[in-house]
Amino acid sequence: MLTHYGPQLVNLFAAVLLLLAFAMLSQRRMLSLINLFAAQGFVLFLTTSLVAALTGQHHLYWSALLTLALKVILLPWILHRLIRKLNIKWDVETLINIPTTMLVGIVLVVLAFNLALPISQLAGTVTRSTLGIALASVLLSFLMMITRSKAIPQVIGFLAMENGLFFAATGAVYGMPMVVELGVALDVLVGALILGIFIFQIRERFDSLDTRHLERLKEL
Amino acid sequence: MIEMLALLASPLAGALVLALYGHRERAAEVNAFFSIVTFGAAAALTGRIVAHGPLRVLHEQFFVDSLNVFLVALTAFIGMTTALFSRPYMRIERDHGRVSAAGLRLYHSMYQMFSFTMLLVLTTNNLGIMWVAMEAATLTTVLLVALYRTPASLEAAWKYFILCGVGIAQALFGTILVYFAAERVLGPGVGSLLWTHLDAVKASLEPTVMSIAFVFLLVGYGTKVGLVPLHNWLPDAHAEGPTPVSAVLSGLLLNVALYALIRCKVIADGSLHQAGGLPFASSLMMGFGLLSVVVGAFFLSRQRDIKRMFAYSSIEHMGLIAFAFGMGGPVASFAGLLHMTMHSLTKSAIFFAVGHATQKTGTQLMENIRGLMRVSPTVGWGLMLGTLAILGMPPFGVFASEFLILTQAIALRPWAAPILLGALGIAFAAIFGKVQPMVFGDTTAKRLPHPPALLPVFAHLGIVLLLGLYMPPYLAAWYRQAARLIG
Repeated sequence: MLTHYGPQLVNLFAAVLLLLAFAMLSQRRMLSLINLFAAQGFVLFLTTSLVAALTGQHHLYWSALLTLALKVILLPWILHRLIRKLNIKWDVETLINIPTTMLVGIVLVVLAFNLALPISQLAGTVTRSTLGIALASVLLSFLMMITRSKAIPQVIGFLAMENGLFFAATGAVYGMPMVVELGVALDVLVGALILGIFIFQIRERFDSLDTRHLERLKEL
Repeated sequence: MIEMLALLASPLAGALVLALYGHRERAAEVNAFFSIVTFGAAAALTGRIVAHGPLRVLHEQFFVDSLNVFLVALTAFIGMTTALFSRPYMRIERDHGRVSAAGLRLYHSMYQMFSFTMLLVLTTNNLGIMWVAMEAATLTTVLLVALYRTPASLEAAWKYFILCGVGIAQALFGTILVYFAAERVLGPGVGSLLWTHLDAVKASLEPTVMSIAFVFLLVGYGTKVGLVPLHNWLPDAHAEGPTPVSAVLSGLLLNVALYALIRCKVIADGSLHQAGGLPFASSLMMGFGLLSVVVGAFFLSRQRDIKRMFAYSSIEHMGLIAFAFGMGGPVASFAGLLHMTMHSLTKSAIFFAVGHATQKTGTQLMENIRGLMRVSPTVGWGLMLGTLAILGMPPFGVFASEFLILTQAIALRPWAAPILLGALGIAFAAIFGKVQPMVFGDTTAKRLPHPPALLPVFAHLGIVLLLGLYMPPYLAAWYRQAARLIG
């Protein structure tokens, strides 16, 4: 049963992941953005557990638990606290040109699929078709960081990019060695905490979280 | 083994101790003490490698050969001199009210943590750990750049974090692809990420995957090296952070990132070599390098902030080094390694002198810094000699390495030689024209409450001068051996 539907289920989850990446790209509400990020983390947890069950790679269960703890519980909790403290829970960001951004996103997805094609053909994993999706969600998060002007969406874009990379590792090679995954998770956690502190300081100095204020250092 | 452990344990212990006591009066001395111990361990490790050859310890998780041991020694040495320099420098900053006691604690602790992460990048054999340590180095320096909490420094740190975070994420994707290629040859597990194992089987790694992987690695680590067009964070971070941090960023972090890139290039070249065709990795490095030299040189003349100007000079020199490694061959790689050493020593010496010059005049704007020679001849001479050295004037060592790179360019890539020469000429005119009035003429400088630490400046410049005049045979043999590893 599992061996039959398993690979298809992985592909389904991968598609959901990509959909969530697009949803984040177009989401204007701060609170919903954080929830989308948590949802993406949860899908990642499901996928990793499923791949672990399909392939019998036990270390993937640990990675899945790490994902659940870090990206579904801890980081969203920190972000929720942050927006509550900064009192921007209901903030709506004015995004110009969502349709254009979406179109650029589609082009990026095509690009990612083309780039991943020669690699996934070589892969022997049951999840090989997901590599293109993983690269696409990395690029979409990248796009999100570029198009957003507020600090918190940029941070979420940064974290979502790490989600895509994690998914790439799971899909292409059944996860990196455990020591590396732990190191990456630690870096992401510390990075998120530092950015959280920074956001307070930026708000204190500039009275705003709009990073368009952070454009004074430039060439003359 | 014991040297290796001491090398990593000393800065880590320093970071912990200073995280607790870094605000005390004697913290600067403790900071210097840990850096001196680290340098001692590095010297012992170097002696061992020179005597007994490459070393692999702890289940091959750490690997030291003649290529990275020279960078370990350089990193530990400049880490030590910068700690000595920052002792009076940060006291003066505190007296000027720019940094609080809590800020000093953060500074001292992160300084040691930064040394630790750099040494970890240099000594680890695991490409995954290398990435983790590189990201950790970014995080520690972000905190250091934002130390003054001014709007400009927060902006610089935010930009630094976002740009390098994005860049380094690309490097992680590249690392995943390298693991993917290696897994097919070596099987799953930590072994497939160990550089020594990859090096042994590099000829049988899948070339398509490796070429895509190298592009991602180049973009990722290239962001940290400051290669154009990924350099935008670099001038801001150098200009807005405390000067000791500018010195280690320019003198050490860029080198360490370049080291990571070189290790990846060796593997990628080995894999692509079997496929025949163009030396893909080398061409990419040459292209990015040349672009950095030209853009760096042209931006020099437009700067008004002294630290920004020398940051652009770092971009230019990093481009030159990347170009040398891209050309490849024993002589060009030798020249690249030599230039890495010379640039690190000279540029950190310049930043030390610049640090005291800006403290004496209270500004980083070059038009307001005048006549340093009048008030303090040592700072003036330090800046002047450092500038002459970095511009490649004989008899300083930078001249020797730049000369070697240029002659190799003429021999191997004749089309690039006039571009390089032109860019170096522009850089000379831009920097010399701005430094000369800062040093000579009527003065705007005043005295400082603590005597400045200028010993590191002249120690660095002395070494650069010495190596320019005479290179001991064992050192030359050592560089040659390291250059052979790069190919």
